Amino acid sequence: MSMNAVKEQLEPVVVNLAWCKGCGICYSLCPTKVLSSNELGKSIVSEPNKCTRCKICENHCPDYAITVMGVKK
Amino acid sequence: MLAHLEKYFRTERLPHIWCPGCANGIIVKSLVEAIDKAGLDQDKTVIVSGIGCSSRAPGYLNFNTLHTTHGRAIAFATGVKLANPELNVIVVTGDGDGTSIGGNHLIHGARRNIDLTVLLFNNSIYGMTGGQYSPMSPQGAKATTSPYGNIERPFDICNLVTASGASYVARGNSYHTSQLTNLIYQGLQNKGFSFIEAISTCPVYFGRKNKLGRPADMLKMQKEFCISKEAAEKMSAEEKAGKVITGVLHYAELPEYTEQYQKIVDKCQRR
Repeated sequence: MSMNAVKEQLEPVVVNLAWCKGCGICYSLCPTKVLSSNELGKSIVSEPNKCTRCKICENHCPDYAITVMGVKK
Repeated sequence: MLAHLEKYFRTERLPHIWCPGCANGIIVKSLVEAIDKAGLDQDKTVIVSGIGCSSRAPGYLNFNTLHTTHGRAIAFATGVKLANPELNVIVVTGDGDGTSIGGNHLIHGARRNIDLTVLLFNNSIYGMTGGQYSPMSPQGAKATTSPYGNIERPFDICNLVTASGASYVARGNSYHTSQLTNLIYQGLQNKGFSFIEAISTCPVYFGRKNKLGRPADMLKMQKEFCISKEAAEKMSAEEKAGKVITGVLHYAELPEYTEQYQKIVDKCQRR
C-alpha cells in the first residue's frame, strides 16, 4: 500500500474549518454517519472507517469546505 | 473542494457571504463542474449577473465577470455577446432579478434566441433585501411582505421561457447535483438561448417563515418533491400533484441571433 493510500484510509474526508459555516447539511445527509458536529456546530470526522466515499457531503457542501479522498468503494 | 475546480474560483474571496446552508453554493459548484466538463477557456468566458443573493456568484468565480444593475444582466450579456460573438456568455440570475425586474429582458432574450446560457437560481424569495415574496414564491407561502400567506400565483418560468422562444429549457435542483451539472453542460453546448432553472433554498428567510426546518431538511424536501421528466411520464395526474418536474423540458433547433446578425452584415458588405 502506497503512502497516499494509507493516508486516504486514515483520513477519507477533509474538512476545511475556516470555510465551514456549520449548516449541518453534511452530517445530516451522510448515509453512514461519518461526520458529526463539534461544539460550534461545525463538521468533524468522527467515524472515518465507515466512509464509503459516496461524496454526498462534498457535493452538497455549499461552502466548498469538504474534500473526499479516494474513489467510491 | 476538488483540486481541479480550484482554478475556477477566486479562493482568496472565499468563504462566500451566503448564509449557512444556502444552496446557492451547491448550484455554483454545479456550474463550475459543467464549465470544466465543457472545457471552456476561462479567458473566453464571461459571467454576467444582476443584483441579488445569486448574483453575488461571479464575485467568487475566476472568469471575466460583470456585476450589473438590477434585472439587466441579460441586457448587458446581449451586448457582450453581440460585440464579441466568439465569447461564451453565461448569465447568473435569481428569481426576483430575472423574473420580476428583468422579466422583460428574459422573454426578449428568449425570443431572439441569442446564444446565452441563463442559470436562474430559484429560492422563491428576495433573500438579500429581507425576505419579500417574489414572482416565484408559491401560493400561500409566508414572507416578510405576505405575513398571512401569498395570494399571488407563481410563474411557471420554464413554460414562460419556452413560450417566448428559447431553444433549450431545463429545470434542476440543488439536491440532485449531478443532474444539474449535466443540464448546465447541455445548456452550454446548445447554440442558442439556453435557460436552466435551478431550485435553490433560502433557509434563513423562506425556510424560517414557512417552518421548513434546517437547511438539510429543505434539501431532503427537494428530493421528495422533484421528479424527473421520465418518471413523470409514467405517473398519473394525482401522483404528479404538488411535484416539480425536472430535466430537459424543451429543446428545439432554431436560428441563432448573432449568426443571423452576421449574415446581414456580410450581405450589406457585399453590396
